Amino acid sequence: MAVQTNIRAKAHVYGDHIDTDRIIPGKYTKTLDLSTLANHVLEDLDPKFNKEVKPGDILVAGINFGCGSSREQAPLALKQSGVSVVIAKDFARIFFRNAINIGLPVLEIADHSIQKNALLDIDLKTGIVKDLTANITYTATKLPDIMIDILAEGGLVNYLTKNGTYTL
Amino acid sequence: MGQTISEKIISNHVGKEVYAGELVISKVDGCMASDTTGPLTIKAFREMGGKKVFNPEKCALIIDHAAPSPNERIANLHKMMRDFAKEQGMRLFEIGEGICHQVMVENQYVKPGDIFIGADSHTPTYGALNAFACGVGSTDLAATMMTGKIWLKVPQTIQINCSGKLQDGVTAKDLILFLVGKVTVSGATYQAIEFTGEAFESLSLASRMTIANMSSEMGAKTGIVHPKGLALDYDFESITPDTDANYVKTFNFDVSDLEPQVSAPESPDNVHNISNYEGTKINYAFIGTCCNGRLEDLDVAAEILKGKKIHPDVRMVIAPASQSVLLDAISNGTMSTLIEAGASLITSGCGPCVGTHQGVPADGEVVISAANRNFRGRMGNPNSNIYLGAPSTVAASALEGQITNPKKYLL
Ligand code: SF4
Repeated sequence: MAVQTNIRAKAHVYGDHIDTDRIIPGKYTKTLDLSTLANHVLEDLDPKFNKEVKPGDILVAGINFGCGSSREQAPLALKQSGVSVVIAKDFARIFFRNAINIGLPVLEIADHSIQKNALLDIDLKTGIVKDLTANITYTATKLPDIMIDILAEGGLVNYLTKNGTYTL
Repeated sequence: MGQTISEKIISNHVGKEVYAGELVISKVDGCMASDTTGPLTIKAFREMGGKKVFNPEKCALIIDHAAPSPNERIANLHKMMRDFAKEQGMRLFEIGEGICHQVMVENQYVKPGDIFIGADSHTPTYGALNAFACGVGSTDLAATMMTGKIWLKVPQTIQINCSGKLQDGVTAKDLILFLVGKVTVSGATYQAIEFTGEAFESLSLASRMTIANMSSEMGAKTGIVHPKGLALDYDFESITPDTDANYVKTFNFDVSDLEPQVSAPESPDNVHNISNYEGTKINYAFIGTCCNGRLEDLDVAAEILKGKKIHPDVRMVIAPASQSVLLDAISNGTMSTLIEAGASLITSGCGPCVGTHQGVPADGEVVISAANRNFRGRMGNPNSNIYLGAPSTVAASALEGQITNPKKYLL
């Protein structure tokens, strides 16, 4: 399954240290139903998000995005709600792996100053992000090769279905 | 070139010398998932074509986060885990057997020198055992269960060196809270931590687990306590760093004057001397979790509460980290002391730590907790506030109805 590599959409911008409890509270995580997750995504941070997000929109945050628990429900909730890519100054490591594993692209841009509602144009292949509203171009940190391979397959399930095991 | 503990353990597993920054595919010694992460793990395992877990003796499932099941939805997820464990011939730890990290250590699923992968962010707890342990999410764990392997970037290591001995009445929890405050919640992201120095050498295994447990609160991939002074009831070979190992950063602290510490809402690194918060009224006191639900934690609370009653405006919940901890606390009298003082005993497991059940705070309430996280909404209500402290601080605060320095009850 190939992932879409060119994205042009609106940015929803939040701050630093958004933990996984704020992305999806623990009380909603015990489910395999993705729509339940999407219905409560970011609700303790911004109850309006879930109503305003449109398919393809971009989530933008500051440092340490996704810190806290190992719950894969956090990137799943974001993906299911329509978020196509998450940009942050940096990510907590388990969230970072989880997002790639479920096929949600993540881009690390340490010095971005993207503002609310900015229109972004993203090329996932090159990691080049154009902020069309502010007229600034950023280049995201390159992912490790194995992550690029996993993302190219749309996630770890597809990667392992295809390859049977890991290869470097 | 010298190696850190993490570099040595990973090198032993990949069969060649590797150093920070290298990308490796490593074999692992064991893995586990809880009832938060297990169902998604099973789903992903099937979707990726998994038939057999790589080693049923070394893979486990634990029902601890919402145990016993609070509703039919979760009951069905638990059943899915039981069915899978039976099919695979692997052990499932039932409701009440304990918190995943506690039972993995008690049942020797993980030993010194191992690489252990857990689908829970507090998996670094096993760094207490001189093991390299990291937390992952469900799909990563499914892949490990299927292949017996994980891909890793060999982490850089931060060395945290603490000289001096902790004063009486100051515990490992105070020490690790202090360190989280200094390193900050993102100060060790992607990196390993080595805890070394005199302050750690005399710590029990339980206290070492408290220390390693909160490496997660600094964003670390793993946190390993130097094995000097580690006593286990089996023989083991310990892994120590080379004297010329390369550290990305070294922190040096003299902790001989450290006071009890409190982490205030709503981030674990919002840490201050307890004197800053003494007198803050509390409604709810909680002792338990993979951070501080072990026998020594319950014992110190009992020492403070013996023959006394907790404050009438406070309710107190105790969740032992495992059934074996509970049995020990029953036989040494600690459990009756706590209950006589007014505490309520709940099933061994995560209890109210993650806001699923068994004690969600009300709007505007203040909790003093021996857990490791105080994010907004962590215990199920975004309109409550959580302070973190040592079990001794929780007990003394329950007694007085306000945040209280436990030292006066312990000296
Ligand atoms: S006790 Fe709390 S922190 Fe520990 S594993 Fe359970 S939910 Fe997580």
